[in-house]
Amino acid sequence: MKFLRNTLDKVKHDFEKGGKYEKYYYAFEALETFAFVPNTTASTKGVQIRDGVDLKRLMMTVIIAMVPCLIFGIFNVGHQHFLALGQEASMMDKFWVGALQVMPIVIVSYGVGLGIEFIFATIRRHPVNEGYLVTGMLIPLVMPPDIPLWQVAVATIFAVIIGKEAFGGTGMNVVNIALTARAFLYFAYPTQISGEVWAYIPEGAQTVAGYSGATPLAIASQSSTDGTSVVAALDSFGASWAGEGFFSLGNLFFGAMPGSIGETSTLMCLIGAFILWATGTGSWKIIVSVFAGAWAMGLLLNALAVNPFMEMPAHYHLVIGGLAFGAVFMATDPVTATQTETGKWVYGFLIGLFTVLIRVFNPAYPEGIMLAILLMNIFAPLIDYFVVSANKTRRLKRATV
Amino acid sequence: MENLISIGVRSIFVDNMIFAYFLGMCSYLAVSKKVSTAFGLGVAVVFVLGITVPINWLIQNYILNPGALAWLGDDFSTVDLGFLQFIIFIAVIAAMVQLTEMVVERFSPSLYGALGIFLPLIAVNCAILGGALFMVGRSYTLTEATVYGLGSGIGWLLAIVALAGVREKMRYSDVPAPLRGLGITFILVGLMSLGFLSFLGFSI
Repeated sequence: MKFLRNTLDKVKHDFEKGGKYEKYYYAFEALETFAFVPNTTASTKGVQIRDGVDLKRLMMTVIIAMVPCLIFGIFNVGHQHFLALGQEASMMDKFWVGALQVMPIVIVSYGVGLGIEFIFATIRRHPVNEGYLVTGMLIPLVMPPDIPLWQVAVATIFAVIIGKEAFGGTGMNVVNIALTARAFLYFAYPTQISGEVWAYIPEGAQTVAGYSGATPLAIASQSSTDGTSVVAALDSFGASWAGEGFFSLGNLFFGAMPGSIGETSTLMCLIGAFILWATGTGSWKIIVSVFAGAWAMGLLLNALAVNPFMEMPAHYHLVIGGLAFGAVFMATDPVTATQTETGKWVYGFLIGLFTVLIRVFNPAYPEGIMLAILLMNIFAPLIDYFVVSANKTRRLKRATV
Repeated sequence: MENLISIGVRSIFVDNMIFAYFLGMCSYLAVSKKVSTAFGLGVAVVFVLGITVPINWLIQNYILNPGALAWLGDDFSTVDLGFLQFIIFIAVIAAMVQLTEMVVERFSPSLYGALGIFLPLIAVNCAILGGALFMVGRSYTLTEATVYGLGSGIGWLLAIVALAGVREKMRYSDVPAPLRGLGITFILVGLMSLGFLSFLGFSI
């Protein structure tokens, strides 16, 4: 650490005003503040700052909250891989295969995204923002495990430049960047991100007899066309190759099933939600109301029930697909969510509601959380606007009486 | 009844005039800087669409269609006035817009001032003529046409109010100089229609 400090101090004057690398000052500054806490302190008089929490620490908290999802995701990729091939494997092997598959995606996402951040910071002469630290972790977690790396790169470039830098950088984006990347891939390269791509199977490998990589959501939407009960279809699925109860409610909650890398486990997402809540980083109101919205819509559909998907018990909606991940890590994004406290309830509730609506009524998309959040990102400022103006009217009334 | 609900929901969300057909973009981009003004223009568009689509339906079915004039007598049963469609539709729309303008001027002079030239320009708003032409193309009945007209209007209203909400917030953004103004708005509308893609393919 001492050595790093000394090296940084030695080259620092080159980057400061008048130095020979003056142009790259912000790139240097980003590296320096990433390694060391800036030594700026508040003066003893006048200000009352109690805690030096800055953007960097805030972002690191979110990343820590995502670590359980990432670790479980790495395990799960390996687990699904050996399950599909019908081989026995130790815990270590599963982690190893998973890490080989997941880590390159993480590295590409961070490398490309941070590269763009540094370039933009140097050209536009503003400090590098830490916003990408979280986005760079979110992007791999919502990708299928065998996504080609160049697609990850292209999607990251699109999302960071069009979704964020064009709007003025961190804190100014209108839609969630990681979801923009995911949506971009979804519409630009649909074959690599839909269908049975949710488990990593090397090319040429022989899958076990009877194997199907269908996700619970695919099974549920299938059953609405052929008329069998969703719960029965889920319970009987995979019995021949994955053992009994592969898609039982318990395992759906625990998350050892095919899906995007980080989104399968509701349990891990709840641990993340706890960290976000305990540190005050994410809004618990949004998380709770997303679940509430999805559950309420599920109950409403249960009451109407004209096809088996609508009859699926409402709590199943909470554990299948990416609902938990979206609710905890995507919907709570403080930049794109609503800012007012009342607005947060409305915002989250509508996300949950639209997620279930899209799942059940839109055969084109098996999963609805991504598009539901993008949609509500667009309407978030409007919700805020109405909350604020209602507040204004209320207070004006009080003032004039 | 179910059919009407389906047409209504489809015209608001799935076949949204802005995000699915890109109709009525000029006033959409120009008048979306403030939520209150955008809302006013949106309501005007809902009104005009809701009135002109049924009126144009009557005209189409009783005057313009081949043989539609049969009610005047046998001499007219072979007349086909279809070639007059565009002119008559535009004339009806322009008349309705004049009416809206007078109402707005009378009841909300501030909104009238804020909308400026864009209020009379509703007459050439492609969304309005588009609504009438889609209505003919899809051979709706009169009730369906009314629901469709109102629905498309509400969809347009929703789109412009959402854009205005985002643009009010974006006043604080440090957008790169070359993109400021319309440029970033175009990008924004693109991203918004990405969100609206969630409704594409809805089966109701």
